[in-house]
Amino acid sequence: MDGLLRAYLPVLVFLGLAIIIGAVLLLAAVVVAVRHPDAEKISAYECGFNAFDDARMKFDVRFYLVSILFIIFDLEVAFLFPWAVAFKDVGPLGFWSMLVFLAVLTVGFSYEWKKGALEWE
Amino acid sequence: MGITAVAFYLFALVSVVSGLMVVISRNPVHSVLWLVLAFFSSAGLFVLLGAEFVAMLLVIVYMGAVAVLFLFVVMMLDVDFAELRGQLAQYLPLGLLIGVILLMELGLVFSQWSFAPGHVAARAAVTPEGVTNTAALGQLIYTRYIYLFQASGLILLVAMIGAIVLTMRHRTNIKRQDILEQIYRDPAASMDLKDVKPGQGL
Repeated sequence: MDGLLRAYLPVLVFLGLAIIIGAVLLLAAVVVAVRHPDAEKISAYECGFNAFDDARMKFDVRFYLVSILFIIFDLEVAFLFPWAVAFKDVGPLGFWSMLVFLAVLTVGFSYEWKKGALEWE
Repeated sequence: MGITAVAFYLFALVSVVSGLMVVISRNPVHSVLWLVLAFFSSAGLFVLLGAEFVAMLLVIVYMGAVAVLFLFVVMMLDVDFAELRGQLAQYLPLGLLIGVILLMELGLVFSQWSFAPGHVAARAAVTPEGVTNTAALGQLIYTRYIYLFQASGLILLVAMIGAIVLTMRHRTNIKRQDILEQIYRDPAASMDLKDVKPGQGL
């Protein structure tokens, strides 16, 4: 096992512990907890009323717009990470290339701002 | 068998099983959650390959953002699950046909697959000696692959504008808040003091 993977060993241990603790908590609830279900206990209700209709209603399309704009800027930031790490090696070409990239996305950002895509209503 | 091998088989098994569950689970929301698990175990596989940056990108972008996007799409579609289940038999022959064609194509590809000489060495030396994965990527993306990098920026721009054009619906009959107008509102212009005599109306 080389150095890189050795550095990730604590993450693996953490993952294993998280899985074990989660499984133990779930299993403990199954084994230990007292359960006497009847029809009234397990039926759905809202604040004492019977449920009016199905909980699965349609989402507004504007959530989708917010989410896709988030992904785009997420990717922009993802491109910034290797640039920052290799900043001393990329030289002026790499620097200006990133600035042009950011400028292109800033055009999109100002378009989005002007169109009011960031405002809810 | 070392820890690396155990971790590899664990991640590989989890990603294959969760990929299968994405396809066969009844509830689309559960499918998306299984997809998140598949992304996570693929990120583990990438770490085992030494591609740290891609692994972290998978966790940040795919698990954080794309999975949320899929959830929104699933919630937006308003599919009637019971009705879909009834139609499964109707679409089964077509789906099977497409699956068989894909399988045959994959078979054709892999029967003719030949490895280039020195592919093991090319896979083993992913990054130059003494350079971390992220720094090695950074040294390549912005200078050597500058055109592809700028093209990716343009693609992001097109995606942004496309999403706005397709989904923006400005409603006209609602009251919008105009903050500037509120700030610049003048008490003298909006308020008027009237001196009302007792016993008289305005």
